[in-house]
This record gives sequence, C-alpha cells and structure tokens, in this order.
Amino acid sequence: MKTTTGAALLRTLLERQGIHTLAGIPGGAILPFYDALHGSSIRHILARHEQGAGFIAQGMARATGRAAVCVATSGPGATNLLTAIADARLDSVPLVALTGQVPQALIGTDAFQEVDTYGLTLPITKHNFLVRSVAELLETVPLAFQLAESGRPGPVAIDVPKDVLNASITVGALPEPGRVQPPPRCADAPIDELAARLRAAHRPILYLGGGVIGANASALARELSRRLDAPVVSTLMALGAMPDDDERFMGMLGMHGNKGTNLLLQECDLLFAIGARFDDRATGKAAEFCPRATIAHLDIDRAEVGKIKSTALALIGDAADILRRLLDRLGSDEHQRVERRPLAGARGYDTPMSRPAWRARATMLRDAHPLHCPPRAEDPLHPLNLIGFLSEQLPADAIITTDVGQHQMWVAQAYPFRQPRTLLTSGGLGTMGFGVPAAIGAALACPGRRVACVSGDGSILMNLQELATLAELDLPVAILLFNNAHLGLVRQQQELFYGGRYSASRFDRTPDFAAIARGFGLRGVRLDPGGDPLADLADALAQPGPCLIDIPIHDQTNVYPMVPPGAANHQTLTAPELEPALATSSSHD
Amino acid sequence: MTEPLSTASSPNVECNPIGYTRPAPTVLELRVRNHPGTMSHITGLFARRAFNLDAIVCAPEGGGETSRMLLLVADEPRLEQVERQLAKLHDVLSVDVRVDLGPAFFTRLFAAKPA
Ligand SMILES: Cc1ncc(C[n+]2csc(CCOP(=O)(O)OP(=O)(O)O)c2C)c(N)n1
Repeated sequence: MKTTTGAALLRTLLERQGIHTLAGIPGGAILPFYDALHGSSIRHILARHEQGAGFIAQGMARATGRAAVCVATSGPGATNLLTAIADARLDSVPLVALTGQVPQALIGTDAFQEVDTYGLTLPITKHNFLVRSVAELLETVPLAFQLAESGRPGPVAIDVPKDVLNASITVGALPEPGRVQPPPRCADAPIDELAARLRAAHRPILYLGGGVIGANASALARELSRRLDAPVVSTLMALGAMPDDDERFMGMLGMHGNKGTNLLLQECDLLFAIGARFDDRATGKAAEFCPRATIAHLDIDRAEVGKIKSTALALIGDAADILRRLLDRLGSDEHQRVERRPLAGARGYDTPMSRPAWRARATMLRDAHPLHCPPRAEDPLHPLNLIGFLSEQLPADAIITTDVGQHQMWVAQAYPFRQPRTLLTSGGLGTMGFGVPAAIGAALACPGRRVACVSGDGSILMNLQELATLAELDLPVAILLFNNAHLGLVRQQQELFYGGRYSASRFDRTPDFAAIARGFGLRGVRLDPGGDPLADLADALAQPGPCLIDIPIHDQTNVYPMVPPGAANHQTLTAPELEPALATSSSHD
Repeated sequence: MTEPLSTASSPNVECNPIGYTRPAPTVLELRVRNHPGTMSHITGLFARRAFNLDAIVCAPEGGGETSRMLLLVADEPRLEQVERQLAKLHDVLSVDVRVDLGPAFFTRLFAAKPA
C-alpha cells in the first residue's frame, strides 16, 4: 500500500506502459503532472506548439507501430492538439493524448482555459475519457493503451481535471499495463473460399492498404503475390510494404497513381483488398472502380467491408494470421499447377488467361506508362530527378516523412521505398505541417536511422517552430524544401480545373529559408541552380546533424498522371494529353 | 461465409442491388455502458456519418452499470453500416434489431402523457 497523487500515479502508469519518451507543452491545468515528471525516467520532449507535440508523438507511433503519448494543458493546449488527433484517427495511428482540464468544481462555469475537450475529441478519437476520480486512472490509463493499439489502431484522448491530478490515493497492486488484444479468429470457411477463388481467378490483383503495415503482414503479402504470380497495387499508406523493385509491384493506384496501374485494375477479375479502405483518392469514382472484378476484402474492421463497394467475400481479423492460413492452403507453385476453366460464353476481358500472360500484361502496361521526367543531366532540379537522387544518397532503411502537396505525391510516385514504415505521411487528413514534427518523432524512436523530411514552402511554415525543437535535440533529420513559391497542389488544380484563375495560391514574397534555419541553430543551405546543385545536395546530406536544404524548383511543374477529382481512374490525365481536354472541361469537383 | 452485401447512397459509394435490405424504419436495441459520455458517442456517430436517427429511448438497467437504448432508424439505406459502426464504439456492448417494434412504439410513449 502506497499513498500517492493522481499525477504521480499517472506517471507511474505511463512508465509501466513502457513509455520512455513523450512530447508536450506544460500549462496550468497539467502542471501537477509535469511536477510528477520531474525526476522520472520518462524523457519529455518540449515541443514549441501542441500540434508539433501531437505530430512528434505520431512520428514515434508510425515509425514503431506502438502507441505514443502527447501532452497538453486545458483550453488552447487541448485545441492545438486536435489536428494531430484527427490526423491519427484517419490514418489509424495509435496515439494517447493526455490533456489537463480545469478542476471539476469549475467545469461548466466558463473557467479560465476551460473548453469541452471531451466533446471536441469525441468525433476524432477512437475513444475518449474524462477522468472523474483519481481511482479511475487505474482503469482508464491501461484501457486507453489497449484501445489505441488493439484491433484497428487509433487515437485515444484522456482529459484529466486538475483536482484529480492533485488528489491523493492509496494504491495496493497496480493494474497490468494495457496490451494489444488479439482480434477474434477468422473462421476457416472464408479462407478456404478465398483460396479457391484466387486459384480460379484469371486476372487477380492484390490491393494493399496501410493495414498490411499495421498488421506487420508485408512479407506475407509479398509471399502471396509470389505464390499466385499476381500483380500488387498499393495505396499511399501501404508504400514500403512491397519493395519497389519487386517484379510484381505495380506501384500506387489512384489519383496520382501510375496510369498503367489504374488501367490494369480495369481488367482485374478478382481484387483482393488487404487492409485497404477504398478511399476515394485511391478508387476514383467508386462505381467505375474495378468494374469487372469480384471483390474479396480482408480487414480488421468489419465496418470497412462493403462500406464503399459491394464485396463478395469478407475476411475479418488479423491480416498476418489470415494470410498465413491462406498461404498454408496454397501450394508453393500455385500459379503453375492451376487449371483455369474457360468461362461460358467468355469474350474479351472475360476470356481465360494464364497467370504468366496476365503478369506479362501487367508488366507491359507498367512499362508503357512510365513517369515523365526529363533526363537528370538536363534538369537536375526536376522534382522527380531530385527524389531519385535523394534515394541514392540515403540508406534503404532511411525514414522519409512528407508534408502535404505536390512534393508529397512526387515522393510517393518516385521514391523507391523498400521497407514498411519508411514512409510517414499524412494520408487521410492530408495535414500540411505534418512533416517536420513527424520526422523528429521518427528520429527519436529510431536512433541511428537517417530521417529526411520532404516539405514544401507552404507546408514548412505550418509547424516551423519545431525547428527549434529539432535544433535542441540535434537529431539526424534533413529537411528538403521543394520551393516552388506556391501552394503548388492548389495552383495545379486551379490551372487544370479552374481555368487558370490563380486565386490565393502564389506567394508574392518567399522567406529566406536557409537563413531562417540558421536562425534556429540548424545548418541552412540554399542550392544554386546555376552551379552543381546535386553535388551541393549530396554534400549537405553527408554532413552530420540536422539541416534544412532549400531547393528552388520550377514553379509550374505539375504532378502527373492525375485523375480529376470525381472522375473515374481510367480517365487519367497525363501531361501531353491534357492540354486539349482543358479548354473544354469545367470543374470536376 | 459470404458477408451480406451492403447498400449505400452517398455519391462516391456504389449502390448495391442485391442487398441487405430490411424494411425501413428499423428499431435497434443497444446495450451500453452507462456513463455520461455514452449518449454523446451514439448521437455523435449518427450526426458525423449522416445516418438518420428519428427517436431514442434510454433507461438504466440492473444496478445502473449498463443501460438499454432503443433507436428508431428511419429510411436508412446503410443500416448495416450503422450497425457495424455502432458496434465499434467502446461503450456499446451489443446491437440487435427489434423486429417486433416500429415507430408506433415511440409515439405511444407520448400518448401516455396525462393531460
Ligand atoms: C492544414 C492544411 N491546410 C490546407 C490544405 C490544402 N492544401 C493542400 S496542398 C496545399 C499546398 C501545399 O503547398 P506546399 O506545402 O508548398 O507544397 P507543394 O504543393 O507546393 O509541393 C494546400 C494549401 C491542407 N492540405 N492542409
């Protein structure tokens, strides 16, 4: 039996969860907790804005798959966290957000720095708590971690009134830390049926989403594609699950996906979705997505199955477990031994096709529609050339974070990701300002790894203050600023879909980013397009410690291919075809 | 073990003709943890996902640890989505369809009010 305060108990419960680093900013309502942190083994990372703290925690969580913690005070501290929490929700990132609240006696009185954090976080968390007594902490804290990490991961918010932090409690045995609860086991029957359907399919495709990485099932998915000799497409969130150079890998599908990939999906007869949610950026107009395919969907969240597309076969459970059991049912040379019966009355796309012929078709489509990019020697600062060069400078296990915009899509299209959790990007919410703090979090969670943040001159300003945190921590993070003096992705949409009416997408003045970085205490470099910019880039990357590299790129380069918002994926625009379509097209939004 | 197919009505969602259709309106019965946030979680879900919700009745049961709720879900083509999303809420312990009840159940409650 030991008497302690709510704040000290909270700290102890976090320590028992294995939390050794958390990010936050103190303030009145949470001060008792900060007092308890003093002298704890937990390392507190003092962010410079709570949104930064939220994304630092996300960087740790995304890089490791384990729940990470961010902390803020009541009122403005809590509201500043909201974007990072909502972002974690949409990308299924395990996060525990801890906020101070005014003392319970003041709740509802419009007290100083009082906001309804519970109400604000309710629609953007997986679950949330307002702790009403110090004893509740014993149940709430382990449960919060269990919920954040179990099933489909997500953010959990714990709002703790100051009087709860100050209250004393006598505790006997402490509760067990919250742990991942394994999901119910998927029955055998749907796995048998899937095996039979995959065997019988003529044009199967594996469609990987972020859930594959979340379930640590990347290697199993790759093995499945090998056994079936089936092409694999990936969402933004699954990049890295398949090594980029795998012969069966077709790259990213969807709005900025490869044209060949989107065309191949048109011909598919069995689409096996694994941990993917048929997001509109991936499917385009859903009714025209994979029009000839039967859909089988493996997901840990049964509400995802049938949400967007009608689904013939659902497999609910852990992707690693289900894929392992599926592989047990498939021979090691499945694609060779299979006999495929011709379909009655089949014509065209419905004719039988051998697996090698299907794969040859996939390869042909992929090779027929490469990304368009001038040769490096001619245009070293073309974004796609820059990304290719960057990948040559960094080790295969380097972690790349991005902000949101054209630069994010160029990274997704051209960076050859080879391992899961090497791309950290805000996919669902698409939050500008994600990149720098997420890079800090990744570097904290993965000592010894190189981290690069590819950002834009718009996004970088949205969490610029975290450069101070980065300088203080001296982490091996390189920030590559693709500077086009525009909100580039907005400019592109205005060019293509709003008749070139550029409303509020150009910066009339751009700051001297290298000088700003130096002002924060980082190395700051601006590449000179007139010199040898790639050599300078390599130099800057070769030096130790954090740096910001400002890279002037063309201000009019667009991301291609592009499916117009609301259009079907087979209506992909590529650069040359685009011009005539433009004159006549109105807004697609 | 084929999952029932769902129907949907939002613009980027494919409508499925073979469906999982129950006559609308439907009454759902939930067993929930009884604490102050539960009602917000449930009504918030309906608001956020643009599901139709016409009526709610809720009462604690047993020692007050849990409550039962009856929800009148009117003309909701995505009923199966509603059920699955409700089932995911931590405070919702079970979701069932009350085929024996309809809208009249809710209107009768008000009819009982003394003049
Ligand atoms: C917080 C936030 N506000 C607005 C947007 C809308 N938005 C999407 S991309 C973009 C432009 C990004 O500009 P920049 O960071 O310079 O990247 P670029 O597209 O030029 O590569 C904007 C404003 C957003 N995604 N996030």
